[in-house]
Amino acid sequence: MSILVYIDHSDGHIKKQSLEAAAYAAALAAQSNSKADAVILGTPPTDVAVLGNYGIQKAYTVSDAALDSFDSQVYCSVIAQVAEKVAADIIVFSNNANGKAVAPRLSAKLKAGLVAGAIALPDTSNGFVVKKSVFSGKAFANISISSAKKIISVNPNSFGIKTSGTENAVTENITVAVPAAKTKVDAVNKIKGEIPLSEAEIVVSGGRGLKGPENWGMVTELADLLGAATACSRPVADVNWRPHHEHVGQTGLAIAPNLYFAIGISGAIQHLAGVNRSKTIVVINKDPEAPFFKAADYGIVGDAFEVMPKIIEAVKKLKGK
Amino acid sequence: MKILVCISKTPDTTAKIAFTDNNTKFAGDGVQWIINPYDEWYALVRAIELKEADAGTIIHLINVGGADNDPIIRKALALGGDEAIRVNSVNTDSYNVASQIAAVAKDGGYHLVMTGKETIDYNGSSIGGMLAELLDLPYISHAIKLDLSGSEVIVVREIDGGEETDKAALPLIVSCQKGMAEQRIPNMKGIMGARTKPLKVVEPVDAESLTSIASFELPPAKAGVKLVSPDQPEELVRLLHEEARVI
Ligand SMILES: Cc1cc2nc3c(=O)[nH]c(=O)nc-3n(C[C@H](O)[C@H](O)[C@H](O)COP(=O)(O)OP(=O)(O)OC[C@H]3O[C@@H](n4cnc5c(N)ncnc54)[C@H](O)[C@@H]3O)c2cc1C
Ligand SMILES: Nc1ncnc2c1ncn2[C@@H]1O[C@H](COP(=O)(O)O)[C@@H](O)[C@H]1O
Repeated sequence: MSILVYIDHSDGHIKKQSLEAAAYAAALAAQSNSKADAVILGTPPTDVAVLGNYGIQKAYTVSDAALDSFDSQVYCSVIAQVAEKVAADIIVFSNNANGKAVAPRLSAKLKAGLVAGAIALPDTSNGFVVKKSVFSGKAFANISISSAKKIISVNPNSFGIKTSGTENAVTENITVAVPAAKTKVDAVNKIKGEIPLSEAEIVVSGGRGLKGPENWGMVTELADLLGAATACSRPVADVNWRPHHEHVGQTGLAIAPNLYFAIGISGAIQHLAGVNRSKTIVVINKDPEAPFFKAADYGIVGDAFEVMPKIIEAVKKLKGK
Repeated sequence: MKILVCISKTPDTTAKIAFTDNNTKFAGDGVQWIINPYDEWYALVRAIELKEADAGTIIHLINVGGADNDPIIRKALALGGDEAIRVNSVNTDSYNVASQIAAVAKDGGYHLVMTGKETIDYNGSSIGGMLAELLDLPYISHAIKLDLSGSEVIVVREIDGGEETDKAALPLIVSCQKGMAEQRIPNMKGIMGARTKPLKVVEPVDAESLTSIASFELPPAKAGVKLVSPDQPEELVRLLHEEARVI
């Protein structure tokens, strides 16, 4: 058995979610007495060697500049050719933006059963069964893959970026046919100076209980102190108190940070659907009956306007600021 | 222009999640079923807007499923769309569903195929990409905007930590999410009109399944919230630092 992990990069660096996918692939290889190699498309990032720390010894690069711009069809074709060359029978992706676009294509191309959103290593005691998140985080399903080739995309922040080696990964460039893309990337617009919500380990979030956009200072100040990203509930984004990309929940972004700090959010089931995979949930709400407390690990029943300044002071003290 | 919108049926967002048959089936009895919100609010409504801008546009809806899906298909027709096709098949896995849609779309002459970004029950985000590969078409996933400009389509899609603007020629497959359009409520005229719109039922083609659901599980219950007095918020910070070790 041979495993290939697709490594995504931007701005010259491997994405965190891809390091997690690499760690997953390496753990899967260790579990099945096989090896895991990586594949990297486009001008290689500067930190390919670091993959060794996550248990990947070899990285295949296809350093064709045409691949610097993403197209799901082209990427699928190229990854399929690399998979064929290295005789990979399991291909691992991160279930991030590019992973969601390519993994299903590759699944259809290779007739390789796909589990999208895996949260644990496969159980091979009876077939090949992978646990994934379903019902928007409200349940899990154990999916059995019956095809010989298999694809797993790992939900960000579900497995962990586990280190398992110290050697640098070696790089080998391989040449494959790169078809012409039928879509063209015209512009890339990264939200600058902010921690991307999908990658943040800590998220501070506000709801309608904060009354208006002028009161968001306490959310952003706490976020700055904690190195956190900011988020909000849907009605807050709907009335443009906060930008749309901050909306989390069933119809917004689904996140799984280590700490989700919810201020003035009721905890409606559709909101929880996007945040209930967070490892620790803290709720500040003046209503003791707010449903969010049922999903929380820590909470304060109190007025955010009174409680938050004190919390911010305490965090400042903790951080020595 | 001819558009195909893929419509799926999901439990209402507030439905209680429980399982039967030894945790192998979703307990659907008594559950309210809806059109998957991404399919309805974003894919379908954006398609309707394109038709409003160009009356020559034809919208077909497709659903793979049993006759019990007809009510949600009629609801989608009430929102808009000219006719619907239901592939009379039990959903086994994403690859099988994509194969069924591909069989219908192959000779349908569609310029644009729109799906939701994911179903809110299975959370696969998979059908659009699989379909694109089966039809050998370009695919843009997680689109938040789609505009036509002559023979070109301009699509903005979400990427990790930002947005990307893509240009593509038709035919194209797009998966849709928030930003594409605003939710609409069907009006009386739409509801009456939907009754007479064609809902064609076709039999499934032979197609493989690559995966199956072995079982479902509910997440372990939370231990319960630890409440800190509002008079001592600094205690919360201490717990997060020393006990939960998250800050
Ligand atoms: C199909 C569907 C999809 C949806 N998708 C989403 C989604 O993706 N994300 C989402 O968030 N919602 C979603 N919703 C909406 C959801 O049902 C709730 O309406 C929404 O989450 C409520 O937002 P909120 O908690 O900010 O506001 P509210 O429900 O108004 O709650 C405000 C909370 O603030 C508390 N509060 C007030 N003042 C204070 C104070 N001074 N100090 C502390 N606490 C205070 C109140 O006690 C209350 O609990 C969806 C709904 C539907 C039907
Ligand atoms: N049974 C189905 N019939 C028609 N379209 C479907 C079906 N299941 C999923 N889709 C479409 O594919 C999208 C992605 O679904 P999924 O890959 O299951 O997350 C949905 O938002 C729908 O647009």
